[in-house]
Amino acid sequence: MTSPDAAPILPSKHLLGIEGLSPANIVALLDLAETYVVQGRATDKKTALLRGRTLINLFFESSTRTQSSFELAGKRLGADVMNMSVKTSSVSKGETLIDTASTLNAMRPDILVVRHQDAGAAELLSRKLDCSVINAGDGAHEHPTQALLDALTIRRHRGSFEGLVVAICGDVLHSRVARSNLRLLSMMGARVRLVAPRTLLPCDAERFGVEVYTDMASGLAGADIVMMLRLQLERMAGAFVPSTREYFRFYGLDREKLNRAKPGALVMHPGPMNRGVEIASDIADDVQVSLIAEQVEMGVALRMAILDALARGMA
Amino acid sequence: MKRIAFRNARLIDPASGLDVKGGLLVENGRIADVGPRLFNDAEPSDPEVIDCRGLVLAPGLIDCRVFTGEPGAEHRESLESASNAAAVGGVTSMIVMPNTDPVIDEPSLVDFLLRRAQATAKVRVLPCAALTKGLAGETMTEIGLLKEAGAVAFTDGDRSIANARVLRRALAYAATFDALVISHAEDPELVKGASATEGEFATRLGLPASPAIAEAMMVERDIRLVELTGARLHFGQISTRASLEIIAAAKARGVNVTCGVAAHHLSLNELDVGAYYTFRKVRPPLRSEADREAMVEGVASGVIDVIVSSHEPQGADTKRQPFAAAAAGTVGLETLLPVALSLVHNGQASLPHILKTLTEAPARIFGLPAGRLAKGAPADLVLLDEGEPFVVDAEKLHSRARNTAFDGRKFQGRARATFVGGVKVFDAR
Repeated sequence: MTSPDAAPILPSKHLLGIEGLSPANIVALLDLAETYVVQGRATDKKTALLRGRTLINLFFESSTRTQSSFELAGKRLGADVMNMSVKTSSVSKGETLIDTASTLNAMRPDILVVRHQDAGAAELLSRKLDCSVINAGDGAHEHPTQALLDALTIRRHRGSFEGLVVAICGDVLHSRVARSNLRLLSMMGARVRLVAPRTLLPCDAERFGVEVYTDMASGLAGADIVMMLRLQLERMAGAFVPSTREYFRFYGLDREKLNRAKPGALVMHPGPMNRGVEIASDIADDVQVSLIAEQVEMGVALRMAILDALARGMA
Repeated sequence: MKRIAFRNARLIDPASGLDVKGGLLVENGRIADVGPRLFNDAEPSDPEVIDCRGLVLAPGLIDCRVFTGEPGAEHRESLESASNAAAVGGVTSMIVMPNTDPVIDEPSLVDFLLRRAQATAKVRVLPCAALTKGLAGETMTEIGLLKEAGAVAFTDGDRSIANARVLRRALAYAATFDALVISHAEDPELVKGASATEGEFATRLGLPASPAIAEAMMVERDIRLVELTGARLHFGQISTRASLEIIAAAKARGVNVTCGVAAHHLSLNELDVGAYYTFRKVRPPLRSEADREAMVEGVASGVIDVIVSSHEPQGADTKRQPFAAAAAGTVGLETLLPVALSLVHNGQASLPHILKTLTEAPARIFGLPAGRLAKGAPADLVLLDEGEPFVVDAEKLHSRARNTAFDGRKFQGRARATFVGGVKVFDAR
């Protein structure tokens, strides 16, 4: 790997969001992640880079892929990984987030990966803990590792981001994935579009330097990448969208809508998918267009790169 | 090729400002030609010639607010019986409210309504779909699918959406599909149980009453939500000066909002309830004379876009009750034009202006191809005599329900013949 004397890959000991990263940070992270893609495909996937270090996964919201991805990344780098989910933590017994932080701090972890339902939770923990904090999703604010793994996936297929048209479709309003991707992709020179019914678009979306569409046909026209977002089940029952069938009819990605995009356009989804809601099964399963499985693989490699980058600052 | 030639007519087309003596040619259900020189000199050689003898030939009326009993209460009014009254009233398009049983909140029910209308109604029937499921004011309907099925607008009819959050989301969602939302502005809690407008008269009669501001409060709220969401909103009917002033101010600052007034709120005030006359119990209730005058001013100034009948059939069972217990509503398809024309006879508005509120304006708001005398437009026409005096006789109405608020009232001017798509559906000449 690169020499410890090189310029730091990350600007701080925490990774709280895409906000605060520079294009150079992102390129360096993606370059480092490429080496872990190779390592992840080797027979011996394990190194001792983080031997003796402790990584705590603190998840206040249930997650399968992000949590297991971090767990695997930590273990492949030799760290001791502990998973704490909300059901087993003392938060369910009334403890405040700050109390939980103090308790965890006393255990002297080196890296805390946190997912919380409230925006700003990771930021708060980073100020109360001595260790590095990685934001694995805070409310509708940021999910930086998802945006970075998406960027890694895109770059492996398209080489660069400059001028790439990326349509982010679906529940933008509640999506931290959309916010982090929007920040990262715009910073790297891509043209970002948001496509959603008005009930699922944030107020003043136009002011974020993106193009906003309320119909898929025009939103997907000429797109290089179609990034679908998950529609939470509780949003479907009339509050934001009248029904699943109406959502799928107008906003679900099927072959007909995808045909509006540029020939060879690629489809992404952060998972878990709602088949027949935001995406048709034949698109999700079409290996010619769907990068969904690859995103998962890139997720592990990218998270190893982040752990590596943070560990260098700890030495 | 089916051709009808109208000659010797006073052509009034509010959409183009045309008001001239002339003729009009219908071919295959559409207007093929119209103008002052048409059929002036020679007798046209077409098989069917209608000599209008100087009567007004105008676009057929579009009534934007009609309740029927179909489906669910056909004993009160069916699409067919309502369409009979419409044809006699010169109304060629009825925009029907979704307050039926079942409620029109499913694409298949819009389809049903359109097919029933096609099979039974003499005039065009344009269905509104519910804005919230079951008119419960809680969850929005499938606006995209309903619009594809043929719903022209979305409304809970005579119910207000009490929950501002629900309305905000429904408006935002409707804006996504450029769908028109029709609002009924009455604060539901303030008007609960009321049957008259609060004031001296209601107090004398001892009637449960609601304050007139119950309307203006909701008008203001809805307009603020329209500004937030970018939706298109139409108030089905307003009835007070306060509402009028709020809408005038909103229009002046460019808000995409329109409104209607019911014919009875132009011609009756709260005193007309007299001795508990339940046929004049309507929703919103009849207002003060000052508010009635404001409605007339609003029509004249153009702040009020459309005049509607708010045709609402009731039976003897629901009307022959003590006033507070009686159902609200009056039929109005046959009296819409005569009441509207009374503004012309009173010197409050010109004939073309009044016809505009019944033709061009509703067509523009609802995005309909009808409502104008233009080449290629549907041949929906009314031949009317604006001066003919007559007395309303409830027994002789053509709707199944006869609960008119105007029984025994004298009017001047009514339809003499009505054509829908070039087909004569009424002829009293």
